[in-house]
Amino acid sequence: MSRLFRFLLPHPMLSFLTAVVWCLLINSLSLGTVVLAAFLGIVVPILTSPYWPNRPAAPKVGKLIVYVALVLWDILIANIGVAYIVLFRSNQKMRSRWVVVPLELKSPEAITILAGTITLTPGTVSADLSDKGRYLLVHALDTADPEEEAKEIKHRYERRLKEIFE
Amino acid sequence: MIWDIVISVCLVIGAIFTFVGSIGLLKLDTPMKRVHAPTKASTLGVGSLLLASMIHAFVYEGGSLHELLIMAFLFVTAPISANFISKVNLHREDVDPTPPPPGDRTWSTFDTGPADVGEPHHID
Repeated sequence: MSRLFRFLLPHPMLSFLTAVVWCLLINSLSLGTVVLAAFLGIVVPILTSPYWPNRPAAPKVGKLIVYVALVLWDILIANIGVAYIVLFRSNQKMRSRWVVVPLELKSPEAITILAGTITLTPGTVSADLSDKGRYLLVHALDTADPEEEAKEIKHRYERRLKEIFE
Repeated sequence: MIWDIVISVCLVIGAIFTFVGSIGLLKLDTPMKRVHAPTKASTLGVGSLLLASMIHAFVYEGGSLHELLIMAFLFVTAPISANFISKVNLHREDVDPTPPPPGDRTWSTFDTGPADVGEPHHID
């Protein structure tokens, strides 16, 4: 039974995501759409399974939802702050500089999401990763103290991502 | 009526942040600073406009959720393009000098060392 389950759904998250995206693309929840979505959700992961031999560990969904809500809220707040900086502060007075964030995260998925989060919250853009993947190079538009900024990123985002993925 | 006001407020907020993003592109003076401007327009600007579209669809039509997909694809692709532009800026060297990573050798975009290419094989 469990072998049949694993054959039909080698990657349950991917199946679920494929089905949801299909329904959203069609933009309806009629019976035909849902049946086709379920069909695609089962067939696509089976056909593509040879291409992802190392499947990522399943994230903790509850904490992931909390994280997404937090990031959306931060985007809202940071947008207002950056709009103020762009409109009312002269270029000379902007203290834009590089911030080096030491990483404790190991899994590539978690580091990717952290880098994406940093870029999406206005005011910081992640530029590069060090060769061993232990440091993240971040550009801050206006910051008084780069080390404080790095600590903030670690405390606010990296700690939560560590709980979600590791 | 009340929904019309809500939709209008969302549209105006979206327009304002898209506008501020464009002002940022014009005003900011270094390439790395200019990368910051579009991240604003593409998050809150587009997000607010899409929210207005969704509210309109739910109030006046059957409802629509595929705006969420636009948002999701935008959130997945925007950081990658920003990252590529940053790397191009690093290579063009018209940015502030980057601090070296404290423990590691260099930033990976400059990493052309033997670890990347692999040692040449000697056959005796």
